[in-house]
Amino acid sequence: MSKRDPDLLLQSAPLLKQGLSVPTAMRDVLLALMPALFAGFWFFGLSAILVVAATILGAMATEWLFTPKQERAVALGDGSALLTGLLLGMTLPPALPLWMAWLGGVVAIGLGKTIWGGLGNNLFNPAIVGRAFLLGTFPIAMTTWHVAAGPDSFFQLHPSTLALPFMQSPPMDGMSAATPLGLMKFEQIDSPIFSLMFGNSSGSLGETSGVLLMVGGLYLLLRRALEWRIPLAIFISAGLFTLLLETIDPARFPGIHFTIFSGGMMLGAIYMATDPVTSPVTPKGAWIFGCGIGVLVVLIRNFGGLPEGILYAILLMNAATPLINRYTQPRVFGRSRS
Amino acid sequence: MAKTPESVYQEMLKGIWRDNPVFVQVLGMCPMLAVTNSAVNALAMGLATFFVLVGSSLLVSMMRKWIPKQVRISSYIIIIATFVTIIDYTLLALFPKIHKELGAFIPLITANCLILGRQEAFASRNSVRFAVMDAVGMAGGFLFALLALGGVREILGEGALFGVSLFGPNFEPWIIMILPPGGFLTLGLILLFFNWVTEKHKEAQMRLLQPAEERSS
Repeated sequence: MSKRDPDLLLQSAPLLKQGLSVPTAMRDVLLALMPALFAGFWFFGLSAILVVAATILGAMATEWLFTPKQERAVALGDGSALLTGLLLGMTLPPALPLWMAWLGGVVAIGLGKTIWGGLGNNLFNPAIVGRAFLLGTFPIAMTTWHVAAGPDSFFQLHPSTLALPFMQSPPMDGMSAATPLGLMKFEQIDSPIFSLMFGNSSGSLGETSGVLLMVGGLYLLLRRALEWRIPLAIFISAGLFTLLLETIDPARFPGIHFTIFSGGMMLGAIYMATDPVTSPVTPKGAWIFGCGIGVLVVLIRNFGGLPEGILYAILLMNAATPLINRYTQPRVFGRSRS
Repeated sequence: MAKTPESVYQEMLKGIWRDNPVFVQVLGMCPMLAVTNSAVNALAMGLATFFVLVGSSLLVSMMRKWIPKQVRISSYIIIIATFVTIIDYTLLALFPKIHKELGAFIPLITANCLILGRQEAFASRNSVRFAVMDAVGMAGGFLFALLALGGVREILGEGALFGVSLFGPNFEPWIIMILPPGGFLTLGLILLFFNWVTEKHKEAQMRLLQPAEERSS
């Protein structure tokens, strides 16, 4: 990335200044995430704050380490590493040991971004790479969930939070609880819609509050910083597919409200799938990309071994993005199609 | 051929670092990724390959004048397969547990492109002395690479090295490391490190050469 020199800025008309740059785009997304983040802190307490701090620290430290000295100020200043760390932190269970969270941040930036050549060159969303690595590496710690205790026990640290590096977390206290998705998958229990929407349920620390994530998405939409086709396509395709399954066997498959509001659906659809680097650039491509994710999520959730599928759905469609881009390339004006 | 006694050792050393079969030539990936989930397995596979490679290089080099060009590949394979059969039954008799863990990958040593590659590229064109030294170096490099990978994966995946626990019973295993993705990740990271070291080395050499060039020009 070169520095912009205002004296040397050569442009053709129109000369309206839109002011869209990497730092402003990142700042918009960071702002949009704040309501859901603070809701997560509110429900899950100090442990959640520390987990997010650890992922951000890991992400920033890795970015700093692998960036050439001259580019460090730009690379760290644009907020992309901060955003990756924050997004990763929001997908983690609130009582995850801090060293694992930190490692997730390191892997997210190291394997997800710098190894591909830095910002703009990665094929997969870095935050999801970090979470996929953690899920594969520490499957037990990554699926130990806690109840959303609310502010009463805000300062109560979960004992597993402070586990020593490389060491197992101490045995569980009596606070663990299955997520709505786990309840649905393994015991066929539906959760009340209210707790799904406002985040008063167990789950990843920034994923549970669907409504607040949507508020953030609305802000991004107003700022025109969101490729709205992708989340819309995800919700429509996942919703239609769920409707189809529900009409076939209502006892076995959950309803639409559950599909849309449970797990990482909201966070993934609005903030991760829409990452401009790893999603298609054409409008038609965005529709295909979103529909693919929606169908895959429902497939994995209902027929796969895991309760949640948004993570792998987005990764798979990330891999398909270059192909989608190639096949949806619009015709150059004035040329014949070929 | 002007090969001095020093160049015999050069032939051996090149396999361990400069032309390392795994890190530089990226050969023999199948056993490399499949059996390195623990250091013991890596060691067993490395030694088996060592035996097969050195033995077949010796034999191929001895018989290089009599093997007809048209059927050379099949001849090499028969020679290699003979040694593989020997090591297969030896392991089965002496270490049945390791034999069971390595499973199909022992017969598959026959198909290791590293071994066939050395016969075709080196043993069939050089005298016995050089062929054996080359085989020792290459097999040593392969063993080194297997051990590096197996060691890292066992330490992170099980908290142990050669079955000896390093971190105590509370260790949190990195499950991914003993699964196939861990093999790919570790190999990729080791390759990254290896290339980085080579690059640094080259840069340092260029810097040393720079003043000399300026003087001559």
